[in-house]
Amino acid sequence: MIEIKNIKKSFGKNEVLKNINTEIKKGDKVVIIGPSGSGKSTLLRCMNLLETPTSGSIVFQGTDITDKKSDINKIRQRMGMVFQHFNLFPHLTVLENIMLAPVKLNLQTKEEAEENALRLLERIGLSDKKYEYPAMLSGGQKQRIAIVRSLSMKPEIMLFDEPTSALDPEMIGEVLKLMKDLAEDGMTMVVVTHEMGFAKSVANRILFMDEGKILEENNPQDFFLNPVHERSKEFLSKILYNI
Amino acid sequence: MTKLENFINSFNKTFIVEGRYKLFASGISNTIFIAFFATLMGIAIGLFIALVKTNAKNNRKLFVLDKICSLYVTIIRGTPVVVQLLIMYYVIFVNIDNSILVAILTFGINSGAYVSEIARAGIESVDKGQIEAGMSLGLDRKKTMIYIIFPQALKNILPALGNEFIALLKETSVAGYVPIIDLTKAGDIVRSRTWEPFFPLYSVALFYLVMVVGLTAVQKRLERRLSESDRN
Repeated sequence: MIEIKNIKKSFGKNEVLKNINTEIKKGDKVVIIGPSGSGKSTLLRCMNLLETPTSGSIVFQGTDITDKKSDINKIRQRMGMVFQHFNLFPHLTVLENIMLAPVKLNLQTKEEAEENALRLLERIGLSDKKYEYPAMLSGGQKQRIAIVRSLSMKPEIMLFDEPTSALDPEMIGEVLKLMKDLAEDGMTMVVVTHEMGFAKSVANRILFMDEGKILEENNPQDFFLNPVHERSKEFLSKILYNI
Repeated sequence: MTKLENFINSFNKTFIVEGRYKLFASGISNTIFIAFFATLMGIAIGLFIALVKTNAKNNRKLFVLDKICSLYVTIIRGTPVVVQLLIMYYVIFVNIDNSILVAILTFGINSGAYVSEIARAGIESVDKGQIEAGMSLGLDRKKTMIYIIFPQALKNILPALGNEFIALLKETSVAGYVPIIDLTKAGDIVRSRTWEPFFPLYSVALFYLVMVVGLTAVQKRLERRLSESDRN
């Protein structure tokens, strides 16, 4: 579904991604983990060109999205993205947040979009919030609405950029539950996260990154029990601490 | 004559004799007319410049335009509006007879420079994540701007914008430097006829005050409407 070939990305002199190669297949649940500054968010943001790679190519469903001739807006309509800070539109109600893109892009009529939005809200149990503004919602509610806002575009793949990092501990569960449901429905997902429990139970592949490189690509069982790379071992020993 | 009779007599001379109230009425109407269209022009110019400036950072094609806009803002903000009006009327548009049109152009171009700075600050005040959210949904830059950034920017800049339009309305009081009878000029003409400055001048001041209070009320209402999404 997405082929990532020789991606490099620099911000000024700082090389954040050093020759990344990997492939996301349809139905994959890829979890990218690694220390802060390892380039994992940048890699994710390259996949829908929120960051433009300095060199290399990203091929989505046969189209090279780094090619200037390809219509990136059209491609982004097929890729959902969820952000750490939700980025709901504060001036619009919950319902309007979900309906905005499908309606303004003329993909659905207002009636269709509303029906679709109400069904999505029903699914996450937030139908009663449809006329409220984001300022009135909890972090967990905001993030779940951000997820269904992306789903309203019926994407083929969902990218999650640390979706639970800005949440109160009590709210993390509800967001991860929704993501797990999505995974079980067969959605192709790429998730940057620090939630190791989620990685273990949902991912079919783990990418471990450090200093702009993918150091280990493994299935979750082997990665958590018998990591191959020295840096993976060190990272896991530090985060899976027992006091 | 008693004080009351004096008062009535002055009022009479200022407003009734020779139908002078008509002069005030046409002065007010000219002032509102000039201020209204100059405001519209100021918004159009200001928005255009703000868009050039905020997009110039990631679009090299706008480099020259960006520099021209900066020069325009520097010149307009660096010179008095009366001087701009005189130059426009006596030099640049010397062949245009319609002095009101020249005044609208002058005040519009003047206001545009100030509005552009306000609008730029407004656009930049919106969180970058909002643009990314719009783009990640597949909206192009234009749609992201129109549906996501502008409404939020407008809310943030409404107080500053209101200030600017109030200032603009009052600045049009120098329109009488060229052959225009605006409110201030009307009062001045009446004063020179009656030789009694009290009534004409206080009336002029009162009329401006009423207009500004009206504008402020409109602004407050808009602010309340736009802040509906803030309550929690």
